[in-house]
Amino acid sequence: MADPLKTADITGNAAADLTAAAPEAAVAELPPEVVAQSLGEYVRAYVARIRAGESGVLPVVLAMVAIVLVFQVISPNNVYLSPGNLVNLFQQSAVIMVLAMAEAFALILGEIDLSIGFVGACGAAITVQLIQPATTNWPWPLAVLAGLLFCLVFGAIQGTLITRLHLPSFIVTLAGYLVANGLFLKILLFGPFSGYPNLIGQTDNLHFIYNLMWGTIDPVVSWIGAGVVVAALGGFIWFSDSRRRTSGLVAPPASLSLIKIGLIAVVAIVVVGICNLNRGVLIVQEGVPWVIPIVLAVLGAWTVLLGRTKYGRYLYAIGGNPEAARRAGINLARVRTIAFMLCSFTAGIALLLYASYLNGMSNNVQAGYYVLYAVAAAVIGGTSLMGGRGKPLHGVLGGLVIGAIYNGMYLLALSFEWQYIVIGLVLLAAIIIDAVARRGSASGSVTRI
Amino acid sequence: MTPAVATGEPLLKIRELDKHFGPVQALYHVDLDVPPGQVTALCGDNGAGKTVLTKCIAGIYQIDHGQVSWEGHAVHIHNARDAARLGIETVYQDLALADNLDIVQNMFLGRERLRNGLLDEDSMERSAAETLSSLRVTTVRSIRQPVASLSGGQRQSVAVAKAVMWNSKLVLMDEPTAALGVVQTRMVLDLIRRLRDKGLAVMVISHNLNDVFEVADNIAVLYLGRMAVHDKASNFDRQSVDEYMTTGGLGRSSGRPAKDS
Repeated sequence: MADPLKTADITGNAAADLTAAAPEAAVAELPPEVVAQSLGEYVRAYVARIRAGESGVLPVVLAMVAIVLVFQVISPNNVYLSPGNLVNLFQQSAVIMVLAMAEAFALILGEIDLSIGFVGACGAAITVQLIQPATTNWPWPLAVLAGLLFCLVFGAIQGTLITRLHLPSFIVTLAGYLVANGLFLKILLFGPFSGYPNLIGQTDNLHFIYNLMWGTIDPVVSWIGAGVVVAALGGFIWFSDSRRRTSGLVAPPASLSLIKIGLIAVVAIVVVGICNLNRGVLIVQEGVPWVIPIVLAVLGAWTVLLGRTKYGRYLYAIGGNPEAARRAGINLARVRTIAFMLCSFTAGIALLLYASYLNGMSNNVQAGYYVLYAVAAAVIGGTSLMGGRGKPLHGVLGGLVIGAIYNGMYLLALSFEWQYIVIGLVLLAAIIIDAVARRGSASGSVTRI
Repeated sequence: MTPAVATGEPLLKIRELDKHFGPVQALYHVDLDVPPGQVTALCGDNGAGKTVLTKCIAGIYQIDHGQVSWEGHAVHIHNARDAARLGIETVYQDLALADNLDIVQNMFLGRERLRNGLLDEDSMERSAAETLSSLRVTTVRSIRQPVASLSGGQRQSVAVAKAVMWNSKLVLMDEPTAALGVVQTRMVLDLIRRLRDKGLAVMVISHNLNDVFEVADNIAVLYLGRMAVHDKASNFDRQSVDEYMTTGGLGRSSGRPAKDS
C-alpha cells in the first residue's frame, strides 16, 4: 500500500532546510507528500501529535469513560447506565451541546459571546408565545422562524458593534446579556400566562415544540434512519479517501478509513440500541428521541460550513492570523459579524430545545449559567479560547461531559451549590489543559478532510 | 523573456510618486523602473521609505501624487486585489501566514477553488504541490501540515510559493532573509534566482548588502524618502551603496543624478 514515491522519513528532521539545495537531489522534485502511509505510522504520528499537545478528541473521550465509570459505581442502585438515564442524560446535554456549537463561532475568532443564553431564550420565548392558541396561535414554522430571526438580528447588532466600532466582544456581549435578560422577562409577561407561557395544550403547534425534546422516533424507523446515515457517511469517507489515495494526494491508509467508518457504525448501533430499549416505568417508552437527529443535523451543517466552505476557512484564518486574512483580501468585518449572527442563531435553536425540555418558558431558565457551561463544553472538547482552533464536534463531546457530570450529581442528589462548584472546577481544568497544550504546540491543527 | 525587455519598456514604471502621512513626507518624487526577468534590490536605511514604497505598489497604501504604469499602461492600484489582478504579489517580512492553517490552505487563502459550492481540496492540493515542486521546495514533510510546524526558511518558501502561484509577474519581497540563518538564506536567494529565471520581475527590499550583491541585477537606493540612485548592480560596489544609504549621495554631494540608466 505504501507508495514507493513517497519519502518514508517518519522521524522527520524538523529543523531540516527548506529546499533541496543541491540540484542532484532529483528525488526531491516529487511533490511533498504526507509521510505516514501505513496504519502503524499513523498510530506513531498520532502519539507524536499528542506529545506535542495536539491531542484531538482522545482526552475528552477518556475523561468521558472515567466519569461514566465513577458515576455508575456511586450512583444509587447503579442507575447511571440504565437506558432511561442515558437518554435523559443526552436530553439534558443537548441544550449545552448546541449552545457550545454556537459559542464555537465566537471562540474560533478568538472572541467570546456571553449573551447567547438569554438571546436564545428571547428567541425561544417569542416562539412559545406566538404558538399559544389563546393569543396569536401562529403555526409553528412561522413562530420558530420569528424566534430565530430575533436571534439573528440581535447577533447582527452585537457583531456590528464589535467589528465596526472595534469594541471588545466581552463587554458588548456582557451588555447584550443584560439587555437580552430584561427583554426575555418582558416577553414572558405578554399574554394571560403569568409569566409562564407553556406547551400544555392540544394544538399541533404546541405538540411540535414539545416533541423537539420529548418526541421519539419509532424503533424500526430509528434503525433504518441510523443505517442510512452510517451508509451515507461511510460511503462518503470511503470514496473521498480512496479517490485521494489513487490520485496521490495526502490521504489516510485504507485501514484507517475503515476504522473511522467502523467507529461511526458502532456509535450509531450503541445509541440507537440503547434508545430502543424500553425505558418506560409504567408505559412502554422507546425509540430515538427527536433531539438526537436535531443535534446531529446542527453538527453536520456546521461541520460542513466550517470545514468545507470558504466562509469556514476564512473564520479559521481570521482566528489564526487576522493580518494574513486581511492581506488575502478577506472582508474581516463581514466574516466576523456573520459569525456573531450564526452564534446567536444557533443559540436560538439550543434554547428552543430548552423550552421544549422545560415544557414552556419561565424566569427559571438558567440562561446565564448555560453560557458558561457552553464555553466550558467547547473548551473541554478541544476548542481553544485563543482562537483559530475548534470544531462543532468539540461542543458535542464537551457538552456530553458536562451533561454526564451534571446528571451524575443530580442522581446523587447533590445540591446545586455543589453542581456550580464542580462544573466551575471542570471549566478551570479544561482551560488549564488548553493552556498547557498550547505551550506544547504553537497552535493546533484545524479541520482536515 | 517578454518583449518588454527588448524594447526597454519596464514592467512597472513609477514617476514622481509622493506619499505623506499627516505632516510626515514619507516619499517625495520617487522614480523607479522594475524590468521583467530581473531582480531589483531596493535598499535604504531604516525609515528611508522602502516599506512605504512597497506598500504603495502592493495597494496597501494609496499614493498621493505621481504616475504608476504597468506594462506601459497607466494604472491606479487601490487595494491588494487590484495589485493581484495586475500580477503583483507581495511577500511580507512577517510572511502573513495563518499558523493554524496548513500549507495548502495558506497558499490558497482568499482564492479558494470551489466545486459545487464547497472547497475543492483535491484540486488545490495538487496545484500547491506542483508549485512547490517547481520551486524545488521539497523538504516539507507534508503539504497538509500546519504552518506552525515549519521552520523559518520553510515558511519563507511557502510564502514565496503562495506569491508565485497566481501567474504573478512581479514579486515584491520585504526583507526575505532578515530572520534566517546562513543555510536558509542561501535557499531563499536560490529561490529568488529561480523566480528570475522563470521570467518574473523580483523586487527585493533589503539592507543586507551581501544578499543584494548576490542576486540583484539593479539596485535602487532610497534616502529619507527620495530616490538617491537607481542603476545596474554592476555600476556599484559595496562602499558606494553604503554611502548612498547613509548619506544619500557620494562624497556627501549628490554627485550622481537620482535617475535610472
